[in-house]
Amino acid sequence: MARQVFRGGVHPPEHKEATSASAIQWAPVPARLVLPMSQHLGAPCVPTVAVGDRVARGQVIGSVDAVVSAPIHSPVAGTVTAISDTLTTGGARVAAVTIEPDAEQDLEGYLKVTADDERGRIRAAGIVGLGGATFPSVVKLTPPKDMHIEVLILNGCECEPFLTCDHRLMVEQPERVVAGARHIGRIVGAKRIVIAVESNKPDAVEALRAEAGDDVEIQVLPTRYPQGAEKQLIYALLGAEVPHGKLPAATGALVHNVATAAAIADALEHGKPLTERIVTVTGEVARPGNYRVVLGTLVSELIEIAGGFSGPVERVIAGGPMTGQALASLDVPVTKGTSGIVALAPGVAAPAIIGDQPCIRCGRCTVGCPMGLEPYAIANYANRRMWDSAAARRPIDCIECGVCSYVCPTRRPLLQLIRLAKAAALAKGVS
Amino acid sequence: MDDAIEARVVGPAPHIAAPTTCTHIMLWVVAALAPSALWAVVTMGWVAAQLLLICIGVALATEYVWNAIARRPQTLTDGSALVTGLLLAMSLPPRTPWWVAAAAALVAIGLAKQLFGGLGHNLFNPALVGRAFVAVSWAGVFAAAPSRGWFQTLPEVTAEGFDAISGATRLAVAAADRAASGAYGFDLAAQYQPLLLRNLEGSLGEVSAALLIAGGLLLIVRGIIDWRIPAGYIGTMALVSWAFGADALFHILAGGVMLGAFFMATDYVSSPMSKTGRIVYGVGCGLFNAVGRFVGAMPESTTFAILFMNGLAPLIDRMTRPRTFGWVKRDV
Repeated sequence: MARQVFRGGVHPPEHKEATSASAIQWAPVPARLVLPMSQHLGAPCVPTVAVGDRVARGQVIGSVDAVVSAPIHSPVAGTVTAISDTLTTGGARVAAVTIEPDAEQDLEGYLKVTADDERGRIRAAGIVGLGGATFPSVVKLTPPKDMHIEVLILNGCECEPFLTCDHRLMVEQPERVVAGARHIGRIVGAKRIVIAVESNKPDAVEALRAEAGDDVEIQVLPTRYPQGAEKQLIYALLGAEVPHGKLPAATGALVHNVATAAAIADALEHGKPLTERIVTVTGEVARPGNYRVVLGTLVSELIEIAGGFSGPVERVIAGGPMTGQALASLDVPVTKGTSGIVALAPGVAAPAIIGDQPCIRCGRCTVGCPMGLEPYAIANYANRRMWDSAAARRPIDCIECGVCSYVCPTRRPLLQLIRLAKAAALAKGVS
Repeated sequence: MDDAIEARVVGPAPHIAAPTTCTHIMLWVVAALAPSALWAVVTMGWVAAQLLLICIGVALATEYVWNAIARRPQTLTDGSALVTGLLLAMSLPPRTPWWVAAAAALVAIGLAKQLFGGLGHNLFNPALVGRAFVAVSWAGVFAAAPSRGWFQTLPEVTAEGFDAISGATRLAVAAADRAASGAYGFDLAAQYQPLLLRNLEGSLGEVSAALLIAGGLLLIVRGIIDWRIPAGYIGTMALVSWAFGADALFHILAGGVMLGAFFMATDYVSSPMSKTGRIVYGVGCGLFNAVGRFVGAMPESTTFAILFMNGLAPLIDRMTRPRTFGWVKRDV
């Protein structure tokens, strides 16, 4: 029970000040929305509309009959103008439905989702993990029969630099977060509900405490990356380690992001499908802020909404700078997992990796690894294509937080090499 | 916006990097040693400056020429050859002939570092290899003709006070006294102040233990070196000295302990990487240094104690692997 500090980690410059006081505001609906049929982990959806169809806000436009999946809804009233494919923020090319929104939009109204039970409504609302993992939430709410959820943990750490979307949600709509926590806690039968917030968000802690009764604990954790990583969060709060190869539920804990909880509250109380999300647009843009963005808005449009670039930009990141994706093209849509758009100036962005720099054995990666791995060793083996030796150093346990690459003084691409080792180990059936 | 798109860099996460690069680290080490080096020049005179210039110059030149001949990219900007040259000079007595110093720098960079594959691949601390090489090869040079003018606080000490390794005169006297009578012929406590502030008998790096400690603490505070190595080293040194019935404070202030513990043993490449491993390694350095002093043939043994532990570092890393999160056993 005693709260502990997870091992390793780093504290990068937060860069949150640009948006941490920016109230959430609606981003205008653009002239065109592109909705990928795969915005989640799991089976991609199949379009359920045809070109020329009129669609209502909240209407299902893509779904598939699979356990691990999430339906896609139209965020606007409009007309389907194309069913083709699109590039995603992740660089994949997937099927997509393009919708031309009507000139007049009522964003307060929507088609309500219907289902017989609560889990069904959460499934029908298309809710996925909004912290960026995009795992269908209903699957996590249905743990294996032999596992019991004792503690529900809502993750309000937001340990990624630059991002403040969860922070603003907790400050402005703590009642939705707390309501979602109670709903999830009830559904899974948790005996204890904890909302975890990093110490750099005292206003969020205050707002949540004002809403939370005796049944919901608000815990303040040290500001340290990756505090919001599932395993590290469970460890910090419960002192329990998720055993290798097991679900977090093995520790009796279930972790959901605060924004996911708010979306679940909306789905259960108002029948609201997931059609928009809060996106932190920040870095080198003229009007950094937190925007409520209808899904399918192109990143290029969103940057224009934020006033365009305000200076030279080296990388544009979807998500946070530690784990997000660098965008090759800005004509990719905001999807359910897009927590931020961060335009990094030269000098702020990591310098490009040039050549094979030596490991100077400084040990920063080993000391920093929150999983207790030796990143340098895995990377050295991977570099020499010694896959068995690499696999023996447990790359599979890597949570891909990026601390090793971040701290490396010779800028070795440690995480990339570990990913290679991980893939090789999985291909050989190492578990 | 299209121009911006053209100029954009795509790369894998993480997209930000800690500001500390290899060059920064090396320059911090230089900055931490600079006061000691300057104080050595001020107190010992031009000979100290000459030694610094020769060691650093030959170290840089050796690396440059090696890379040029091997057609490898030049690596002088990583700062490591500068640090090696500086550390080497700090480990030599000021009277070291220029050609001995040059040979030490040549061996340090050429043999101990470049031959093994350059930065990151040397098993042993290059500066210490260079020092050990000349100490063994020209022991006579080390012992011969000490400049009497430098002895100000212990003028009665003569040539036999110079050991072949560190020129730790007070140590040598202490060792000789102990061997002869089991007691010290001079007041050890009276030596604290000169050893801390102004000691001209030993190497450049022995001129002021206080400045070395300050530099070492700076590196610890800046996160450049891990406190575990110097703490294990100096702590063990003190403990063993005490166990041998010797004055612990005298023994950690005298000789090469401070330079060794803060600047030599903490060399990244030749020391272990896990936290536990660093404690083990530091303790080992202190143990062998102390044992060498009290039961060895030489008054001082910093160089070989650290080189020996360098050799054990890979083994220590193997034995002290961190426990993987979520695994019960340390290793399978």
